[in-house]
Amino acid sequence: MKKILSGNEAVARGAFEAGVSFAAAYPGTPSTEILETISELYKDIHAEWAPNEKVALEAAVGASYTGARALAVMKHVGVNVAADPLMTLPYTLVRGGIVLVSADDPELFSSQNEQDNRHYARFAKIALLEPSSSQEAKDFTVEAFKISEEFGTPVMLRTTTRISHSMGVVELGEASPMKAPTLERHPAEWVMLPANARRRHPVIEERILALKKFAETTPLNRIEMSDASLGIIASGVAYQYAKEAFPNASFLKLGMPYPLPERLVRDFASRVKDLWIIEELDPFVEEMVKALGIPCRGKERVPLCGELNPDIVKAAVLGLEIPRPAPQALPPRPPSMCPGCPHRAMLYALKRNKCFIAGDIGCYTLGFLPPLDAIDTCLCMGAGINHAHGMSKVFGPGEQKIAAVIGDSTFFHSGITGLANLAYNSGCALVVILDNRTTAMTGSQNHPGTGVTISGEKTTDIDLESLVKALGIPWVRTVNPYAVNETRQAVKEALDSKGPAVIISRAPCVLLKTRAVPGTVLEVDPETCTGCKVCISLGCPALEFDGEKAHINGVCVGCNVCAEICPAGAIGGGS
Amino acid sequence: MNVLMTGVGGQGIILASDILSEVVMRAGFDVKKSEIHGMAQRGGSVMSHVRFAGEVASPLIPYGCCDILVSFEELEAARYPPYMNGGTTVIVNRFRLAPPSVIAGKEPYPDVVPILKGCSGNVYLADGTAVAQALGERRALNLVLMGVLSKFIEIPETLWAEVIADMVPERIREVNLEAFKRGRTIDLVRT
Ligand SMILES: Cc1ncc(C[n+]2csc(CCOP(=O)(O)OP(=O)(O)O)c2C)c(N)n1
Repeated sequence: MKKILSGNEAVARGAFEAGVSFAAAYPGTPSTEILETISELYKDIHAEWAPNEKVALEAAVGASYTGARALAVMKHVGVNVAADPLMTLPYTLVRGGIVLVSADDPELFSSQNEQDNRHYARFAKIALLEPSSSQEAKDFTVEAFKISEEFGTPVMLRTTTRISHSMGVVELGEASPMKAPTLERHPAEWVMLPANARRRHPVIEERILALKKFAETTPLNRIEMSDASLGIIASGVAYQYAKEAFPNASFLKLGMPYPLPERLVRDFASRVKDLWIIEELDPFVEEMVKALGIPCRGKERVPLCGELNPDIVKAAVLGLEIPRPAPQALPPRPPSMCPGCPHRAMLYALKRNKCFIAGDIGCYTLGFLPPLDAIDTCLCMGAGINHAHGMSKVFGPGEQKIAAVIGDSTFFHSGITGLANLAYNSGCALVVILDNRTTAMTGSQNHPGTGVTISGEKTTDIDLESLVKALGIPWVRTVNPYAVNETRQAVKEALDSKGPAVIISRAPCVLLKTRAVPGTVLEVDPETCTGCKVCISLGCPALEFDGEKAHINGVCVGCNVCAEICPAGAIGGGS
Repeated sequence: MNVLMTGVGGQGIILASDILSEVVMRAGFDVKKSEIHGMAQRGGSVMSHVRFAGEVASPLIPYGCCDILVSFEELEAARYPPYMNGGTTVIVNRFRLAPPSVIAGKEPYPDVVPILKGCSGNVYLADGTAVAQALGERRALNLVLMGVLSKFIEIPETLWAEVIADMVPERIREVNLEAFKRGRTIDLVRT
């Protein structure tokens, strides 16, 4: 049967067809829909949101130790968090197949960097598969599990945004049965003490040679001979762009770019006149080909930054100027925090108290945009608390007003250790946990603080107040951010405490059914409005300014924050 | 055939492009579609590429190769001149959603018609939002615009109706089918 699937849906389907028993992930664009699809459509697979990517990978590895097949899914930067287990995992014995999906984001559509995770496969010395379409995303997932078990290796399946979020026609296959788990002990291969790990290292080196041999003949890698004057080596979506740009060229399509099939590359190179390596981001394949002493071209013309497209590929190979659409004179439309978002009210309170605001990653990072202009740093998940701590230690206690904001999902991901450090080393910073009861930025996923699992089952929810107190934070208060004056007062008191302090700012995301806003549209009384623009400084999409007076448009949900801060008392009521 | 759909997060572009993709697949074409929807819910610009032919390689439309541009919002129609050529059919829904800088009173909402006419000789305006409102279902705008689009693609109306019935939830099926029908007979104003 044929179906149109996104690359993510296709990977989920592949997991089903491969007989996967266990799948774990932490949400992250563009990877999120893989686990969501598994949970929704393939209910026999145990799917779970992990609090972070390291937990997801380690839990998947545990599942695979039983002989069952297991999948761990994350966005590219998630692999950094999971890098510790990933680097030692290849030393251990594989029982059930273990596959890691890394969804990279060239062009940074929704990420903090555009790192090229193919390097991780080479770094960890594991097999790397790169699908070029939805069909391949499904087929390669099945193949990845076979390779994992046949060679005893973890396998990385690397997608990019244009594979994950593109849709294409997929011919579906049959599901294979799940493997029954059995309990076995393999201490010499699973206890990575130096003596054991030392013995396991040569296993990795032999395995990579065996994989290289496999790469020479597997149909994952194939030569498509046509006009021999131009030969292109490509993988992933770059293969499709190159095909579009040069339909008559000859291709070496690498579905498995690492380890590189050396003989196949030499063979192909000898049959074409002009050899090009077309790949997004880093010259990963190009450097390996050049290391073989084979003359080829690539990054001397193909951009290192951003995503490619057929026009860029064409221009690069033909030696034309790389096309870059001219910057527009049109007003931009960046994503913004929703009308009535509880984060806006809390960030406003911190701004009014003149805090330096170390940020983190989540919807609240959008508070960076003018006019709110309320986020001063954003490096990676969990970093904000530690930035604030470090800054506060260099200044004296209370010398500067230093705050950190972190979302609830991010707090469970990687904020707890930072908060323990703040308490342990007595940093004088205010940490605000923006508890909107969900992982909003990636589309509202549950997490260990929400009390609900991915499949909608009720479970324990972690009590933030008790947790924060147990970490040793002396000053803790929970506020309703929509109560503007109370919130500002709490911020002031927390800063005055001159020690580690935590405010839990609790109100459900306005996209949740449990939202705490009435949904009514407020009104500005034009007679009373003085045009002072204090309300406009909130940056709410519901507030408009016509040059003289403020107006409220139909997207208002009645959170009432603008009414509370209006110095003239001009906002209220509504229907 | 290359179709570009543009608009603002929350306007139903993703369902619309899903429906178009399914229709052309059932009509026997290979199809690929690509869109960025990471932050779509946050009110940002949204664009979806749909390509269909005997075989499709790139999921992205090459520059200058857009056959039909359907924009759900006026300003969003004007962001993609590199994809257009003199013959691109441009369908613009007459609806303006002010972006942040306009809301804040910093600049006026631009008139995009001259920009579009500078790119293509086939620019049409359609008041799809009014049609959806008359139906009492603002959210059916996407189906109204699919109705408009369907007049430019040679595929039987019955196949569209079949796909819509399959892909739209029972509760709103009737109104969406009606929206599609009205889209097919909407007044297109050529500018
Ligand atoms: C290591 C890593 N994993 C995942 C992501 C993707 N991501 C960005 S923000 C975010 C979570 C946001 O949730 P929360 O902190 O609760 O804030 P909210 O969006 O709800 O305001 C996630 C998962 C990332 N940027 N980095």
